[in-house]
Amino acid sequence: MNKKWIVISTVAAVVVAFIAGTMVFRDRSTAEVTQAAQSNTEALVRAHSPVYGNVDAKVTIVEFFDPACETCRDFYPIVKRMVNSSFGQVRLVVRYAPLHKGSDTAIKILEAARKQDKYWEAVEKAFAYQPQWAAHGNPQPELIWEAIKDIKLDMAKAKADAGSPEIEQVLQRDIADMMALKVDKTPGFFVNGRPLEVFGDEELKQLVQEEVRRAYPK
Amino acid sequence: MPLFLAWMIALLGTAGALFLGEVMGMTPCVLCWYQRIAMFPLVLILGLGLLEHDGRSIRYALPLVWAGWGIALYHCLIFWGLVSEGMTPCGKGGSCADADVQVAGFVPIPLLALVAFTAILALLLFSKRKMKNE
Repeated sequence: MNKKWIVISTVAAVVVAFIAGTMVFRDRSTAEVTQAAQSNTEALVRAHSPVYGNVDAKVTIVEFFDPACETCRDFYPIVKRMVNSSFGQVRLVVRYAPLHKGSDTAIKILEAARKQDKYWEAVEKAFAYQPQWAAHGNPQPELIWEAIKDIKLDMAKAKADAGSPEIEQVLQRDIADMMALKVDKTPGFFVNGRPLEVFGDEELKQLVQEEVRRAYPK
Repeated sequence: MPLFLAWMIALLGTAGALFLGEVMGMTPCVLCWYQRIAMFPLVLILGLGLLEHDGRSIRYALPLVWAGWGIALYHCLIFWGLVSEGMTPCGKGGSCADADVQVAGFVPIPLLALVAFTAILALLLFSKRKMKNE
């Protein structure tokens, strides 16, 4: 009988230590990410980044995103709705975090569409066909060209743009900023410079609401 | 007592592996997964053996321990570059020879696993012999 209690209390001790360790670790990594965001404010928003919504909005959601990432795809309508229903108080700034194989090519195609003012159409098409072109293990980002056929791009120009050093530069800048800000998962959100600590759509909505309240006091 | 110690090492190893993977976000490489497969069930097998006073649990646990010990040894050899990784392509979870797989900055995880498996093995063999003599 005595043995049973030793076993049970050992398990309990390990579980308690595990939970305590988790909390300490979370706190520490949150502090690290916050610190990275605070000391690299200029890395959050760059002049070259696509903006969705009112450019003068006082609340900025920065999303580090990867066109091949499923969760980014799931978040797209959520974030879009947040911006659309904010009466111009919230805007979205898109940054790139190509963490999947083939994502760099996908981003270049999207950026090429942006040069012809068809960026969001292209993003939506790329997401709609994501299962086809972004299969894990065999990504074929070139298929995005097929997917965006209907958005009436000047294809010859877009293909030339996708290979241009200018777009390559945008990509490299974003990758450097992603590393400086310690973003290692997508989508990575910052709202007015505050990192989303616990990941989730409700958590993001809450963070945005807090910042809206702060930026637009009633 | 040796059975209890062996069980506790398995418990700590399991908790540690889960902490590294789920909390710290380190993706286990292929060899790490195989070692986890050998380590995790030991907590239940040895734990039940302890609670039920069932010495046969040692016999059921030993094949797992040997398997885990072998993989951990192989992993250490790869980690130190004594064996080339060419034979086991490590997929998404990162390379098994990655210098990043260290705890507290200097103890490589495969070595930690090897030490744990060796200790469990020694303790189980010891208590098996002790039981035979009794």
